[in-house]
Amino acid sequence: MVNKITVGHVHMSGCTGCLVSLADNYEGLFKILDDYADLVYCLTLADVRHIPEMDVALVEGSVCLQDECSVREIKETREKAKVVVALGGCAAYGNVTRFCRGGQWNQPQHESFVPIGDLIDVDVYLPSCPPGAEAIRNVCVMAYLLLQGTDEQKALAAAYLTPLMNLAKRGTEACGCDLMYDIINQGLCMGCGTCAASCPVRAITMEYGRPNIDREMCIKCGACYAQCPRSEFSFDVINQFEGIMEAIDGAMGKGGE
Amino acid sequence: MVLGNYKTAVSARAADADILKCSQDGGIVTQLFTYALEEGIIDGAIVAAPGDEPWKPEPIVATTKAELLAARGTKYTISPNMMLIKEATRSYGLDKVGIVGTPCQMQALRKAQLYPMAMRKVPDKIALAIGIFCMENFPYMGLETIVEDHCQTKMESAVKMDIGKGKFSVYTERGALSQIPLAATHKYEQPGCHVCLDYVANLADVSTGSVGSPDGWSTVFVRTKKGEDVWSKAIAAGYFETKDIASVKPGLDLVTKLATGKIDKNKKTLEARATLGVNKGLRNPYI
Ligand SMILES: Cc1cc2nc3c(=O)[nH]c(=O)nc-3n(C[C@H](O)[C@H](O)[C@H](O)COP(=O)(O)OP(=O)(O)OC[C@H]3O[C@@H](n4cnc5c(N)ncnc54)[C@H](O)[C@@H]3O)c2cc1C
Ligand code: SF4
Ligand code: SF4
Ligand code: SF4
Repeated sequence: MVNKITVGHVHMSGCTGCLVSLADNYEGLFKILDDYADLVYCLTLADVRHIPEMDVALVEGSVCLQDECSVREIKETREKAKVVVALGGCAAYGNVTRFCRGGQWNQPQHESFVPIGDLIDVDVYLPSCPPGAEAIRNVCVMAYLLLQGTDEQKALAAAYLTPLMNLAKRGTEACGCDLMYDIINQGLCMGCGTCAASCPVRAITMEYGRPNIDREMCIKCGACYAQCPRSEFSFDVINQFEGIMEAIDGAMGKGGE
Repeated sequence: MVLGNYKTAVSARAADADILKCSQDGGIVTQLFTYALEEGIIDGAIVAAPGDEPWKPEPIVATTKAELLAARGTKYTISPNMMLIKEATRSYGLDKVGIVGTPCQMQALRKAQLYPMAMRKVPDKIALAIGIFCMENFPYMGLETIVEDHCQTKMESAVKMDIGKGKFSVYTERGALSQIPLAATHKYEQPGCHVCLDYVANLADVSTGSVGSPDGWSTVFVRTKKGEDVWSKAIAAGYFETKDIASVKPGLDLVTKLATGKIDKNKKTLEARATLGVNKGLRNPYI
């Protein structure tokens, strides 16, 4: 491919699980790096010290307000990246880092951590802890199509990314309670159970067809809300599921039967 | 898009008499999963098995024909089948997952495949998704009220429940039949159904329901390449009897009529929601 896009993985306060999830595309990651994207910045995988100009920044982790370097880097990321993706629950919603209270070795003063959206404008959210490898792959392929594709591909990619952009506009807080506020309280839940399947810490069980959230267990990753078909459902995109999955498989060198 | 995309539509029923005996309609779901399991097309399927209270289903991952048979028949209350979609690939280790579900569950499934944020290893493991037609569903207590209060039948003595020809019917083990007009059940429907814009599971690989076909037969839409592949093999192997949909009564016209009715009614609900308050409305999940 001639016109690859440039992608960076920016590491804030996260556990590297999101990066591992990117790597979990296995040969798919090589395909992405061979054909669609150059990895221009990535802790441990690319030997680059300073945040470079890039098309897409995948940001993992929340920002520690007491860490000057993190605050500077997230601002720099916004300035240098065309598209900023909050990769994972910490970047999008704070996730487990919401519960930090400082006082720990060896930086006891590090106590407040905020989702990146509290400091910069974010374009795309990809919640969950960690986001599925396939979801990251889809966003990479769609970002490529958006920046380098034909007009038709650009339109598809824009439509695909719209719900994830809407999540970014919605705010920097999400937890299991959002199922209550935005789905059940709104008379929209139909009891499919997707939220229960989504929860990485199994905080959700289904009781008489409705999610029951153990709020002590919820880590605020936002996965259940984002994955719920009644939080957002685009007929334009999802009705074309077969074609889109074939197109992604095709882009990844799979399928063709 | 009233009936969704489909490659073929037929009227069909299972060739296996044992499957037909306790199936809801033509036994399409159980027969097709059984075939797919025997042929290794799926390693197991998520179905609505009997739960700990009468007629309260519990989703399970069925990996044997016996488990599929035990889950036959329609339970008119919520079975959160999607709840096991990730579990099926993890704890059960299935590489090829089958799932049956209502149209909304098929929507959830396809969203999970296209946006697998919290669905690691799910997207490429869905081998066969069978959708069942659905006009509405009831919360468990709603169903209990309909059956016990309106139909004067104990939940535990019911052997079959059915909706058709404008009536809600309950059959008991002693052969009694209790019926009430469907209109009497409307107020017990779960509210989430009133914003639903799909009647015939447009997003399934194969979708089926009773409407359109004669009693004991089912209407079947074969929708995707996957669906077509499994369906044509099952037909070739003699697993189904089929009739041309154009030759049966009442046929696709009735399916179209009911689907249109549902979609129009629920679009109106969505419009009404948008202006429910004073200059304020409720969310519309589709925009
Ligand atoms: C709530 C509801 C409303 C329906 N409304 C209509 C309708 O308006 N018009 C119409 O033509 N058909 C409707 N159906 C579908 C119909 O009742 C049959 O399920 C369908 O025809 C399949 O019959 P079968 O003999 O092929 O399946 P069977 O071989 O009997 O198998 C049925 C399968 O469906 C699963 N199942 C049962 N209950 C549920 C549930 N609540 N949620 C998810 N899976 C379940 C079972 O586990 C089983 O695997 C409805 C079904 C449900 C659950
Ligand atoms: S995913 Fe949404 S619609 Fe499905 S059960 Fe959970 S809250 Fe209800
Ligand atoms: S309930 Fe589970 S999935 Fe939902 S935000 Fe909390 S931890 Fe995440
Ligand atoms: S009417 Fe729609 S929302 Fe309600 S159970 Fe059926 S498919 Fe689901």
